[in-house]
Amino acid sequence: MIRSLPNSRRYTWSFNLFILAYFTFLFAPLAVTCIFAFNDSNFPSLPWNGFSLDWFTSPGPERVGIFHDEQNLRSILTSFQTAFFVAILSTVVGTCSAFLFEQEEFPFKNGLYFLMLAPLVIPGVILGISLLLAANTAGTFFEDSFGIDIGLFRPSFWLVVFGQFSFITTFVSLVVSARLRKFDHSLEEAAMILGATRLEAIWLITLRYLRPAVIGAGAVAFLMSFENFNTTLFLVGSEPTLPINLYLQVRDGSTPVINSISLLLIVGTSGLALFNLYCSKKED
Amino acid sequence: MKNGFRLTFWLFLSPVLLWLFLLIVIPHLDLLILSFRGESDIGDPVWTLQNYKNFFIEPIYWNTFIRTALYAMITTLCTFVLALPVSFYIVKLARPRTRGFLTVLLLLPFWVSELVRVYGWMILLRESGVFNYFLLNFGIIHQPIEMLYNDITMVMGLVYTSMLFMVVPLISVMESLDDSLIEAAHDLEATRFDILRTIIIPHCKPGITSGAIVVFMLALGNYLTPNLMGGKNSLWFTEQIYNQFIASFNWNQGAAFGFLLLVLSSAIIWIGLKVTRQKLGEVAS
Repeated sequence: MIRSLPNSRRYTWSFNLFILAYFTFLFAPLAVTCIFAFNDSNFPSLPWNGFSLDWFTSPGPERVGIFHDEQNLRSILTSFQTAFFVAILSTVVGTCSAFLFEQEEFPFKNGLYFLMLAPLVIPGVILGISLLLAANTAGTFFEDSFGIDIGLFRPSFWLVVFGQFSFITTFVSLVVSARLRKFDHSLEEAAMILGATRLEAIWLITLRYLRPAVIGAGAVAFLMSFENFNTTLFLVGSEPTLPINLYLQVRDGSTPVINSISLLLIVGTSGLALFNLYCSKKED
Repeated sequence: MKNGFRLTFWLFLSPVLLWLFLLIVIPHLDLLILSFRGESDIGDPVWTLQNYKNFFIEPIYWNTFIRTALYAMITTLCTFVLALPVSFYIVKLARPRTRGFLTVLLLLPFWVSELVRVYGWMILLRESGVFNYFLLNFGIIHQPIEMLYNDITMVMGLVYTSMLFMVVPLISVMESLDDSLIEAAHDLEATRFDILRTIIIPHCKPGITSGAIVVFMLALGNYLTPNLMGGKNSLWFTEQIYNQFIASFNWNQGAAFGFLLLVLSSAIIWIGLKVTRQKLGEVAS
């Protein structure tokens, strides 16, 4: 049954086989996606026509590799910009929120805490449409009453940033809170007895202690933003992010350039994920 | 001193309030209000229940709604059935040294964009896909089979994309399960099934609840997987919402659908928490 008990050989082997099958199931789609990025073919399918780097480096016009694909490159840049702003904003506000709920006492704290958790249970599509509606209502209101047209309220880059920020902040807040709970409060008190203000104590001591958690949470926020689809779908304007752009291409028939982008994505995200894991290991 | 405390308090409170009210509360109130708005016969905006009436009158709408909820539950169940042995293996059976490695391996695919994962499945399963190629070449079938665009594949895809959110909480609760309980049961000649039913599952209940809630919600609100792997007839409720917004441009109808989906997911999560006597705060952390 478990390690410390005698197990029949059949039990052990069938369990091992099951785990092997499970990991195959887990990695098969990723593996084929990567392999077909190198197939010398115009379609991401078998037969194997030999190894080729065309879908990375070919300048066109028949095959346009990813390094020459203007449209996809632009969407990658947009995704980077979006993820950058979302990571910064949500890390700052999420950390504030962690301090607020861990260290302060105030009326309606439980209600506000519940509200802070709400984005966890709101489907991303709903977040997207409600923000779209609210932005539209606000835009119409400003135009009707003041005659000014504010671009922010139309589907655009910044609306996407705010849409993603609205739920990613909750994740950041939970991660930072977990770390803050382990913090020895007397260190802060000692600093304040020695003459530091509360802000100085937080800046010089608590934030130093929280740094690995904050950086890790920022990395997760970056990844979540980079890959978000559901919320972004409704808020995106003329500058599609990478997932939206890829979705449109996959839906309307695909070329192996999607495989080469996927390969870069897999390598990039695994790198960031391992970095994040390293950060959290260091924390313990 | 006292003054300093208030300053930091407001420093923490104000961005959080701005975030929660401007981006969460007000948009959802707006969603609720707009779902009760519509146009009268001469095109003036009026208050109306028509959007909700449409939902109950048109069978396609509430059929899709029920279908979505049902399939999301099936997905949750399948995910649990698959995740339980996997997490059991990692925590209780794998050698301590391979354990960390297996855990990392388990998490890695979920860092990759959902779109890439779905695309990988499409390459494997479609009519000109890898499976069909091998089946044809080995002479097992003579005509390629379209394995995409049906309900079973869609559920498999949903299970695949939300697996992680069941495995991780299960692993963390199983770590606190004392081995000696299982050993004792074994010495008293309990069968494996008895041990599973009376020791492992009751102990894992908190992990199961939080995993089930997250998986259910993700499946219910998923758009990509049903859209790319399921049938082409917009039979997932999020697709109906998308169609109302983007294709028909009927935002009030879409708002009503959105609100119904929100009520459904909140209701089921609430029931799940009540049945297992847990609080959202505990489940989240």
